Amino acid sequence: MSIAVPKESHAERPVPAATGGRRLWRWEILLLLVVAAVFGFNAWASPYFLDPWTLSDLTFNFTEKAIVALPMALLIIAREIDISVAGIIALASVVMGLVAGAGFGTGAIVAAGCLTGLAAGAVNGALVTTFRVPAIVATIGTMSLFRGVAYAVLGDQALRDYPDSFAFFGQGYAWGLISFEMVVFAVLAMLTGVVLHVTVIGRRIKAIGSNPTAAFFSGIRVDRYRFWLFALVGLASGIASILLTSRLGSTRPSIAVGWELEIITMVILGGVSILGGVGSIAGVVLAALLIGLVTFGLGLLNVPGIVMSIVTGGLLIGVIALPILARRLTARGERP
Amino acid sequence: MTLPTINRDIGLGLLTVLLLAVVALFFPAFVTPRGLAEVIDDTGILILLALGQMLVLLTRSVDLSVAANLALTGMLVALLNASYPGVGVLPVLLLAPVIGAGLGAFNGVLVWRLGIPSIVVTLGTLSIYRGLVFVVSGGAWVNSNQMSPAFLDTVRMPMLGLSVLSWMAIAGVVLASLFLSRTTAGRNLYAAGDNPSAAAYAGIDVGRSQFLAFTLSGAIAGLCGYLWISRFAVAYTDVAQGFELQVIAACVIGGVSIAGGVGTVAGVVLGALFLGIIKNALPLMGVSPFWQMAISGLVITIAVILNARSDRAPPRRILEEAAA
Repeated sequence: MSIAVPKESHAERPVPAATGGRRLWRWEILLLLVVAAVFGFNAWASPYFLDPWTLSDLTFNFTEKAIVALPMALLIIAREIDISVAGIIALASVVMGLVAGAGFGTGAIVAAGCLTGLAAGAVNGALVTTFRVPAIVATIGTMSLFRGVAYAVLGDQALRDYPDSFAFFGQGYAWGLISFEMVVFAVLAMLTGVVLHVTVIGRRIKAIGSNPTAAFFSGIRVDRYRFWLFALVGLASGIASILLTSRLGSTRPSIAVGWELEIITMVILGGVSILGGVGSIAGVVLAALLIGLVTFGLGLLNVPGIVMSIVTGGLLIGVIALPILARRLTARGERP
Repeated sequence: MTLPTINRDIGLGLLTVLLLAVVALFFPAFVTPRGLAEVIDDTGILILLALGQMLVLLTRSVDLSVAANLALTGMLVALLNASYPGVGVLPVLLLAPVIGAGLGAFNGVLVWRLGIPSIVVTLGTLSIYRGLVFVVSGGAWVNSNQMSPAFLDTVRMPMLGLSVLSWMAIAGVVLASLFLSRTTAGRNLYAAGDNPSAAAYAGIDVGRSQFLAFTLSGAIAGLCGYLWISRFAVAYTDVAQGFELQVIAACVIGGVSIAGGVGTVAGVVLGALFLGIIKNALPLMGVSPFWQMAISGLVITIAVILNARSDRAPPRRILEEAAA
């Protein structure tokens, strides 16, 4: 299934796609330097930035997306992709709103969010493994489907019958200035990191992404892994939906529009190869932090959100393109 | 262009006719020449964009930036028209594809020269182009009263029973089929996507073919930018938001393989018309606009399941375009 790449035109792969641990490590150091630079710039540009509460608020800016980015990284490492995540968030939020409207308590609302996410992810997984639809195509369809159901149910209405105790998930603090959202993200990041980098499961996910055929013939149940990865991404979207809905305190069908692109940007910026097989959770966490810092810093400077998307897009292309250009230039210089 | 693809086109054609028949059963007005002309007019932009997207998909790449390109080019020509109404329509008709081609070529260069996977490149430029719409317009709308009558009316002018927009879509279909079947550059797109290694050994520059596909797709998106703004008579930042996914859906329903090398013009046109008929028929049936997204999502999902079943033979190759 793997294609031999013609030497004439495409010998060079982008840096984050480079194989081997050493390269990847360098990638994370590069990210860390960029993060430090942006942090320094923010502190210099806005007098309000270095306030502890500001820094605490900053975490709300990326944790929800980053929670989906973690399993998305695993999925992309396994050479699949899920474009429907924002649709899942909307669908899960609508289900939670309906459950809350029916008078159920916070526990039931949270369970509804998780289960809706899991079920939606399982639909994607089934489309890809049972019906053999390419992931990008399948999830384009389900993206419209999930969000479409949210619109069909809500129309131009909003759901906001959430009990007061539900507000804790998106607005509460676990300890001092550390938000509950941040704790959820940190725990999930550590879990995902351990699964990917320490366990057999992680090795197998990388093996599937490197060469699905070889992985299949070496006894890995490729489709089972794919299915559960999709389900996991769905579950994470459900969790993100709980946090986001709780933070906003209401559900509209347009909730989290466009998040799929930001989430995938986090993963790719984190050094995960879109070709599969390569990536690290540390990179994804750094990329999430970077995007959070950039958008929050620009927000402090009153830059509108849509202009920030220029920066995010430029960051994605620039951070990948610049090392390639730099390597070309140095290679040219070394030539006699 | 092998036998199975032709069969699938016929299958999709029959399905489209069946869909029309069902709609006609309840709403005879829908299938009158006038009703059908409206459907074609409404689907023209989708057909053109899907043709451009097909060129890119054939080379095992994907262009997610078409809708953002459309919005940016549309806003630029709208601003031009608002500031210099005397310029006329012809310069706009030339300028829009040129701006679009430039934006598309930027994607193409990054894919060709730097070897960055197209999904990454166009995900990035999607954000950049969309953000630039806001920057160039300052977030303001360009309304119909700021645009010159010629700028607005040319696209909607009726000619031999169809609008100019419809004729442009038809011209696009003819040009695309001539390009893909009669020119070397067009045939190379199939070769480059079907088997990049073999294409390279046959002397085809795969990267250059991709660059060409992105540039053409961009040019079409730019032209559609003008068509869209003029047809809906308003330009703002969120124009055609998310439309790129409908464009890709039209291609996929039309039998274009996301893995490259497979696709026909007839299939793409039918795929776009299929979506267009559904979109136009639903309001007639009294379906609430809020249900339309869910229904078209369901239709797209079912269509891709059927499609995947009909070409089960080759192994799935999701995202392998990126290897090129």
